[in-house]
Amino acid sequence: MDWGTLQAVLGGVNKHSTSIGKIWLTVLFIFRIMILVVAAERVWGDEQDDFVCNTLQPGCRNVCYDHFFPISHIRLWALQLIFVSTPALLVAMHVAYTRHEKKRRFRNGEKIDIEELKNEKIHIRGPLWWTYTSSIFFRIVFEAVFMYVFYYMYDGYQMPRLVKCEAWPCPNTVDCFVSRPTEKTTFTIFMLAVSGICMMLNLAELCYLVIKICMKESRKTT
Amino acid sequence: MNWAGLYTVLSGVNRHSTAIGRIWLSVIFIFRIMVLVVAAESVWGDEKSAFTCNTQQPGCNSVCYDHFFPISHIRLWALQLILVTTPALLVAMHVAYQQHQEKKLLVLTGHGDAKHMEEVKKHKMRIAGSLWWTYVCSVVFRLLFEAVFMYIFYMLYPGYQMMRLVKCEAYPCPNTVDCFISRPTEKTIFTVFMLVTSSVCIVLNMAELIYLVVRACARRSQHNSNPSSGKGSFYGHKHSSEYKQNEINQLLTEQDGSLKDMLRRNSGLQEKGDRCSAC
Repeated sequence: MDWGTLQAVLGGVNKHSTSIGKIWLTVLFIFRIMILVVAAERVWGDEQDDFVCNTLQPGCRNVCYDHFFPISHIRLWALQLIFVSTPALLVAMHVAYTRHEKKRRFRNGEKIDIEELKNEKIHIRGPLWWTYTSSIFFRIVFEAVFMYVFYYMYDGYQMPRLVKCEAWPCPNTVDCFVSRPTEKTTFTIFMLAVSGICMMLNLAELCYLVIKICMKESRKTT
Repeated sequence: MNWAGLYTVLSGVNRHSTAIGRIWLSVIFIFRIMVLVVAAESVWGDEKSAFTCNTQQPGCNSVCYDHFFPISHIRLWALQLILVTTPALLVAMHVAYQQHQEKKLLVLTGHGDAKHMEEVKKHKMRIAGSLWWTYVCSVVFRLLFEAVFMYIFYMLYPGYQMMRLVKCEAYPCPNTVDCFISRPTEKTIFTVFMLVTSSVCIVLNMAELIYLVVRACARRSQHNSNPSSGKGSFYGHKHSSEYKQNEINQLLTEQDGSLKDMLRRNSGLQEKGDRCSAC
């Protein structure tokens, strides 16, 4: 079970999304997951091995690394991407449930073509609209929460070159040097920017859905 | 055979599960297996190489690591996930067995064409009769395995927290030696995360168990109040029970003993399914 399987699972959801939803999914897979896997993981690969402290005291390096990096950027991004993509599964489950209901009605005698049922695009209206809107809302919330967590944990989005460590067993204050700080800052800002773009897409999709439903309602009343 | 292979095998079971069962399967694959593979494995990747002891005594590092980490969290989680997902295979096997029986019956009643065979494969099995018991057993086993592993984790690593420092006195370490663990905070975060998802899965399993029991009781009371409403057809939704019974009776008089036994057993099962879906 890896990113490829997640892509397969979410690819199915793509069929029932709006156009903005499809763009969002593409941005997610190409500019976030793919960048994470092919580039960012290499940059952070030697984060602990090359975290060097100016001391011979055994254990000081471990303790200082743990103090300044309670959870690595890579893991936070992996969790963020998992959490942000799973609301789409709510929609997939709802669509599967709708199809199941239609099949049940077919079994009870109503005439519906089974093959057509499988390939038919489900329109986003009624309870599915609410599920879809909730999923977008949750996506936005998760994105915002993770962006805040990043900001809070690492005091901004910049990776310092040097950190001063005073945790036991380090003697007094020890200088520790972070590996590849500039490259890490570049990738952090890149992932932040793409995260921002994804949030904008989600907000746009939310507005689109709300406007579409309002127009439909006003057309019904007139 | 890897996690993706397990996913393929278990996706097939998905079709015959309840809605809660499907949610449980999604939680297992996305929030547990996927997090294990893409995140947790890299956190524990350097657990031995970055385990540093404040000594130059050869062998002390290895001995202390082995003393404090008899089995790594990653391996325990992998075992837990494998054991927790495999009871679903009991259900898959039972469904396959029932489908095999249905196909045999269809062949004997003269409906052995490709179209009917395909339909047997495609149609969703109702969780009733003996399948209900298999399904309930699989849910009980899942709960049991989850609880056992949570207990093992607690016993091996008290409090689910990863210490930054452990004091080691095992031979050949001189006196007491301070040993430092790599990334303790990140490990604690992931341990707590996996613990929470494990609890969510336990809750889902309990909900599924309650749902199955309540549904069976409701069906039984409905059946008791209206005995003639039984749909009858345990096998094949397309054939009326009377038509099939006629066919079966005809075959019983025509065929040899072994076949008669099989059909009698199947007829017996059919009646059992009608009478009591929770038997």
